[in-house]
Amino acid sequence: MGMKDTGGRTPAHVFDTLALADSPVHRLDPRVKIVATLAFIVAVMSFNRYELVALTPFLLFPAVLFSLSALPARPLLTAVCAAAPFALMVGMFNPVFDHRVIGHIAGIEVSAGWVSFASILMRFLLTVGAALLLVATTGMYRTAMALERLAVPRVFVLQILFVWRYLFVLGDEAAALNRGRVLRSFGRPAGVRLFGRLAGGLLLRTLDRAMRIHRAMLARGFDGTVRFLGDLRLRPADVVFCGGWCLAFAVMRLVNLPRLLGQLLTGAFS
Amino acid sequence: MHMADALVSPGVGGVMWAASAGVGAYCAAKVRPQIDEGKLPLMGVAGAFVFAAQMINFTIPGTGSSGHIGGGMLLAALLGPHAAFLAIASVLVIQALFFADGGLLALGCNVFNMGFFPAFVAWPLVYRALAGGTPGRGRLTASAVLGAVVSLQLGASAVVLETLASGISQLPFGAFVLLMQPIHLAIGVVEGLATAAVLLYVREARPEVLAAAVKGGGLAGVPVRKVLIVLAGLAVATGAALSWFASTHPDGLEWAMGKTAGVEELPAPATGIHRVLATLQEKLAFLPDYSFRSGGEEAQADEAPSWPAPSAGTSVAGLVGAACTLVLVVLVALLLRRRQTRGSP
Repeated sequence: MGMKDTGGRTPAHVFDTLALADSPVHRLDPRVKIVATLAFIVAVMSFNRYELVALTPFLLFPAVLFSLSALPARPLLTAVCAAAPFALMVGMFNPVFDHRVIGHIAGIEVSAGWVSFASILMRFLLTVGAALLLVATTGMYRTAMALERLAVPRVFVLQILFVWRYLFVLGDEAAALNRGRVLRSFGRPAGVRLFGRLAGGLLLRTLDRAMRIHRAMLARGFDGTVRFLGDLRLRPADVVFCGGWCLAFAVMRLVNLPRLLGQLLTGAFS
Repeated sequence: MHMADALVSPGVGGVMWAASAGVGAYCAAKVRPQIDEGKLPLMGVAGAFVFAAQMINFTIPGTGSSGHIGGGMLLAALLGPHAAFLAIASVLVIQALFFADGGLLALGCNVFNMGFFPAFVAWPLVYRALAGGTPGRGRLTASAVLGAVVSLQLGASAVVLETLASGISQLPFGAFVLLMQPIHLAIGVVEGLATAAVLLYVREARPEVLAAAVKGGGLAGVPVRKVLIVLAGLAVATGAALSWFASTHPDGLEWAMGKTAGVEELPAPATGIHRVLATLQEKLAFLPDYSFRSGGEEAQADEAPSWPAPSAGTSVAGLVGAACTLVLVVLVALLLRRRQTRGSP
């Protein structure tokens, strides 16, 4: 979020808007999407650290979801890049610490560290891509619905929905506060004490708001249960989606498909 | 310090998921009776506040860089440990889903690192112990800074341990610790000062808010014994998982070399926690080259590392296969995409 004045608009706005579109992927039951995505991530991350070739078939899952959902590429790519620093920072030490030469490509020595670094980048792309596609085709509301059905404690589901709802309201307020300070201070930096006053003021208003929200909820008969509009129903397509992909992940995990393909093509079998 | 999926193995991710889910369920049970008292909207807006407050920046004197609030310590001071843990966890879930900050498999690690330590270690053992009921200015500042430093140091060392136990990064333990701890010491001081600034303002303007938080949290209390049991259980689980990994996969590459080139080890410097653990185990073990062997071989059997050893045939096959797979994936995607965009209005 940084120093930029984004007017309170965050990537979250973009993703929640994308989830309003309609496509075969959007129409899937959110529960099967969550289960399939988790299975995908576990399968991808269970390879050993030098695996690269066997990971390539896994690109099929995000690629198919992306194509079928007809989502725009730009916001997804922006979010993937924004998430990259930690994996990059930790991963780039692998070539530094692992010099063992394990192969040659066109006469150039390839060290194990570079292979494992490439593997980390590949896994990063796969896992982040799949998670983003899950959210961009589901949205917070339906995700929360699915979480409730997947036996996540109700208090926690309510908590997520609350944060999500007031994230935008308070985000706008905080952005306005920050803009006001920047405009009046002519480029002078804010110290920690001024920050305390701005953020503290926002906090106190927030707490009052919580009180009003609570009274309003009680007045409307809130009794601690979440009542979602609409119901989740598993259709045959959902079952096929989940079962099919989980089967595919199992095959991709157990059989090194690209190497088999390569051996077929180069005739190394004989 | 959000950990990414790309650096977490399913074993470590699973253990941490279980730990965080356990703590979360316990907190949810503790908070449920307080729903009637308006705790729920309070937790909700407090979580949203942490997001929003990150848009307000301040300048760190002498550095020119800007800081913002992290939130764990502030939420614990305002809400008490149980509600704070749930609020932090919900913030992290939203960050993982909508901001691609931290991953789904790493979510358990992140919730534990950034939620458990401030709420159940730093809050009862540092912040509340120091600040007491009605602290003065200096005392409140000191306890907030110290609390934030402690929770961030613990969180950062947990990141190091979880990353190393996953065995995907090859950063040696010493280097990783030297990288993480000082950075998070600085971050902890800044976050502590920011937290203190907010708390001081709240204390000045509305002292009853802080008093209620300490009292509310104090009534529920933090069972130190339960915290210790959770930590001990986790340590045992992690240790078990770690030693299993260390014994069965001493090193993926080593095994690959052994299989494809017939050489068990290349004359190269041994680095990485797996090696350290493996040697440590060799030294400590009563029965060297012991149990789990059969299970280990089974686990390895399905793990056909496809990176080629220096034998030309397989190396070419692997690369050609990977390239063809990529082309196939792109073709499938393009085909589906075209049908989709044509089909939709």
